Amino acid sequence: MTSVPTGPIDPLIQARGLTKRFPAITAVDAIDFDVAPGESFGFLGPNGAGKTSTMRMIGCVSPITAGSLRVFGLDPTADGPRIRARLGVVPQSDTLDLELTVRENLVIYGRYFDLSRGEAGRRAGELLEFVQLAERSGDKVEPLSGGMRRRLTIARALINEPDLLLLDEPTTGLDPQARHLLWERLYRLKQRGVTLVLTTHYMDEAEQLCDRLVIMDKARIVAEGSPRELIERYATREVLELRFSEADREALGTGPGADPADRVASGDDRAAPGESRHDGRGDGRLDERFAGLAERVEALPDRILLYTADGEAAAVAVHERGLLPESVLVRRSSLEDVFLRLTGRTLVD
Amino acid sequence: MTVAALRVVEHNATYYRRTWRGSVVLTFLSPVLFLAAMGLGLGGMIDRAAPGVLSGVSYAAFLAPGLLAAQAMNTGTFESTYPIMSRILWRRTYHAVLATPLSVRDLLVGELAWISLRLLMMAAAFLAVMLLFGVVRSPLVVLAVPAAVLTGLAFAACVTAFTATQTNDSGFSSLFRFVITPLFLFSGTFFPIERLPELLRPVAYLTPLYHGVSLTRGLSLGTLDPTGAAIDAAVLAAYAVGGAIAARITLGRALVK
Repeated sequence: MTSVPTGPIDPLIQARGLTKRFPAITAVDAIDFDVAPGESFGFLGPNGAGKTSTMRMIGCVSPITAGSLRVFGLDPTADGPRIRARLGVVPQSDTLDLELTVRENLVIYGRYFDLSRGEAGRRAGELLEFVQLAERSGDKVEPLSGGMRRRLTIARALINEPDLLLLDEPTTGLDPQARHLLWERLYRLKQRGVTLVLTTHYMDEAEQLCDRLVIMDKARIVAEGSPRELIERYATREVLELRFSEADREALGTGPGADPADRVASGDDRAAPGESRHDGRGDGRLDERFAGLAERVEALPDRILLYTADGEAAAVAVHERGLLPESVLVRRSSLEDVFLRLTGRTLVD
Repeated sequence: MTVAALRVVEHNATYYRRTWRGSVVLTFLSPVLFLAAMGLGLGGMIDRAAPGVLSGVSYAAFLAPGLLAAQAMNTGTFESTYPIMSRILWRRTYHAVLATPLSVRDLLVGELAWISLRLLMMAAAFLAVMLLFGVVRSPLVVLAVPAAVLTGLAFAACVTAFTATQTNDSGFSSLFRFVITPLFLFSGTFFPIERLPELLRPVAYLTPLYHGVSLTRGLSLGTLDPTGAAIDAAVLAAYAVGGAIAARITLGRALVK
């Protein structure tokens, strides 16, 4: 074997200072990120964070306002058609031809990529097997369930054998069973070497599918890393969730009417972006009641979260202080906790 | 036309294969009904009451080519209202098409090519009905088919430009009520525009339907004046090209943002 100089692999997508402004708002505000070939990369954030605008710029259907963007090393402004020829796009809402059959949807779409009818038909057959819709091949799309339509949309996005698959909220609105089937199919694609870029506001989806992700909030990237890294960096190992009766919540000063700026009692001083308002001047009563029980306490309208390495021990300690929550739950930290820590808000309101 | 644009035609043809049966009946029925009621019924009265008022041709022969142009206007307009809006806003299939290598321009050229095909089918059916009614006076009438296609295309291009600016379908009722219906009634389809008040005549000269009617009628009656016909064709082509340029801009704004 001859030795070939191996440098860092060229990124499939490279964004620097990428910005999208609309007349009324800045949807994407100078973000930087790289996506490597074969990687599964996610944009996690609430609605309106700028995820879809970013995806549309990558998909070369939305001109960038400022900064630079390279996809396959090409410039979307000049080489849109060449880039799109190698992309698969799964949009947020389905854009299928409802009056055509399942199979016709795929064949017609393949023709837009200059496949012969024979080749498009062959691939349509394979893809319908892959997304488990072969039995519905001759049926119209109209009566298909939401999950089936999503699978058909994914099959359609694969008709040109893309190097990069863009998925904008692939499972929003699907029932749990349909979501798991989709995740499993996407995982298989990833194993075949297809690069996946997806947006989601579901933390479990990001944890399932993404090797690496960025968390977006208000048009900016607020954190970047693998799901595990982010949890280790911004959250504790476990979370103790306490629910109190309404009367107790009033007494604790954490009822739904409480001022959000006062609902965080921080016992930890690890720096985090956006931490400035988490300055420890939280509600005195919260501090007092939970002091020393957890690294950090977060009060949501319906429950109180105690961030700690050992949730069981904290639960025992809470009882020892004479606090009697209506329900107690110990769980592992998730990306939801990371998001809450970074932005002071939950992902799905 | 680019190969890419032909894919749009193929897409629409696949779609049309599922729906053509109903529309074919309408394509033949509409000229039959109009020619029977207005050409033979109303025309019979006019021909008896005022023989020779239309320089020796029957009212049915005068009316038929005008209806052909008007039908082209209706088809070209309708095809670029609800179907185009659905593909932009409701079914959003244009968004899927633009995720492929196609550009907005390819998409527009393909749609207009498809509408031209539909116009061709309509005009051919209409001509068959005219021959059946015996209201054709010149073999040049075969050229009335491309003239009708050009008329319909002038409307399709302009209306597509309009449709792409709309965010719901409420504008269409105004379009039909305040633009298409007045044109249908006052562009020379039913009576020579010399009958219009003098002030309104120049307005009629500016509308595309007047020139469409003038062309198809000249070809069907064999009274075509070459200079007038060249002007008619040029005005229609100008509407088609101008509309297409505007549609390229408005579709771009609606889809690539």
